[in-house]
Amino acid sequence: MNRIIKIILLDILKNKIVLAYTLILAVLSWSSFALEDNSAKGILTVLNVILFTVPLVSILFSTIYLYNSSEFIELLLSQPIKRKKIWLSLFFGLSLAMVLAFFIGAGIPLLVNSPDSVGVMMLIVGCLISIVFVALAFLSSIMTRDKAKGIGIAIMTWLYFALLFDGIVLFLLFQFSDYPIENAMVGITALSPIDLARIQILLHLDVSAMMGYTGAIFKDFFGTTVGLTVSFLLLCLWVAVPFFISLRKFNRKDL
Amino acid sequence: MIEIKHIHKKFGKIEVLSDVNLSCKKGECIALIGPNGCGKTTLIKSILGMVLPDKGLIEFNGKTVLKEYLYRENIGYMPQIGRYPDNMTIGQIIEMIKRIRNSREALDEDLLHAFEIEKMYDKKMRTLSGGTTQKISAVLAFLFNPDVLILDEPTAGLDPLASEILKEKIIKEKEKGKLIFITSHLLSELDDLITEIIFMQDGKVHFHKKIEELQTETGEEKISKAIAQILKKKKDEQNH
Repeated sequence: MNRIIKIILLDILKNKIVLAYTLILAVLSWSSFALEDNSAKGILTVLNVILFTVPLVSILFSTIYLYNSSEFIELLLSQPIKRKKIWLSLFFGLSLAMVLAFFIGAGIPLLVNSPDSVGVMMLIVGCLISIVFVALAFLSSIMTRDKAKGIGIAIMTWLYFALLFDGIVLFLLFQFSDYPIENAMVGITALSPIDLARIQILLHLDVSAMMGYTGAIFKDFFGTTVGLTVSFLLLCLWVAVPFFISLRKFNRKDL
Repeated sequence: MIEIKHIHKKFGKIEVLSDVNLSCKKGECIALIGPNGCGKTTLIKSILGMVLPDKGLIEFNGKTVLKEYLYRENIGYMPQIGRYPDNMTIGQIIEMIKRIRNSREALDEDLLHAFEIEKMYDKKMRTLSGGTTQKISAVLAFLFNPDVLILDEPTAGLDPLASEILKEKIIKEKEKGKLIFITSHLLSELDDLITEIIFMQDGKVHFHKKIEELQTETGEEKISKAIAQILKKKKDEQNH
């Protein structure tokens, strides 16, 4: 393993916040499965918990970590190391730590209680969501030198994707309910990684039958292999695009 | 060894470096002096690639440093204010840099012993005083036997004993034929160290002269007096 990634990963894993995050995820997941009598209901509860906490912790922890490692970055920059490598190492270190925390906290109960395609799917989606929000953290921390501002941007980003976006979608649905916008809705979900993840999971559960006509349209698209691949690719794009923008900015930054 | 050609740099609207040209060779010990905020640190950071100039070229051993990084193996940099990860210990920092450099050559641990750093290996960086942090910076700068040493205010914050040790070390390295850059405000400290002087003001290089040249021109033995005389002459010219 790359030396710098190793140093960063060890440093993050020593952090008690990551440990607490893992524990909280574990408690939430285990208790969700214990409270519900069938695993499908349990998965639904876990899904909502995961889609709320994982993005928040990933983006907030990563943003603060990046600001706190400004000294570390400065120290490395005077050594014979490529700038790109420093930024990539930080990204891999943080992503690995977040994925590891998610896997131990939520992944194990998922695999134990729901050892089927939905459980595995949820695991993959959860890992991807973790990485997406780490990438968004990189973008928000490179935007400004001011730590308070950067953390503010991170919280706003989370708030937007976790709450506001749904509100806007709902608003649009009601406003344009007279028009055939179901196909457009599929397109709009691509604009939020959390919604992409949610729909992917929901369609694999039986509850999708209750989503009416829109649900049927979603099923038509996301239910197929092509749709599934496309939505996974979109999630990957949500990782790649923010990260590469931040990498470009980092390469041109004066330190 | 280091060639700087027509460097320009702006931070926002403020022009920090404007058309800086320098040429430095092996075996020189250069003092970079000038008032606060004249662009000394920015110039040093551009050589290290930490600040990217808007225009111009910096060459190290005939190759441009833009987007390069391996040339930094030959540079030891001691920052003005060393900033280190708070929760790491001194030992961890030194170990980490050693691992990152992965150098097979013999390490120069003179300063490590002279400053008695080993005794403090378990101390966290957060708990260190400014002077001790400076010592760590100095140790790291000299550790890998670099061909070029860039020392930004090396003796600021050091106690007289440590500062004397560091000066002796700099002289020793100079005799090995290394290129040494020093920025300092304490001109009296530089007397027995340097061979050339670069004076910067408002982002421009005012003059770049050998010490002997300066001494014969002004008729002063001490560098501080020679500089003062030049500045005074300049002021007089401006007034008339």
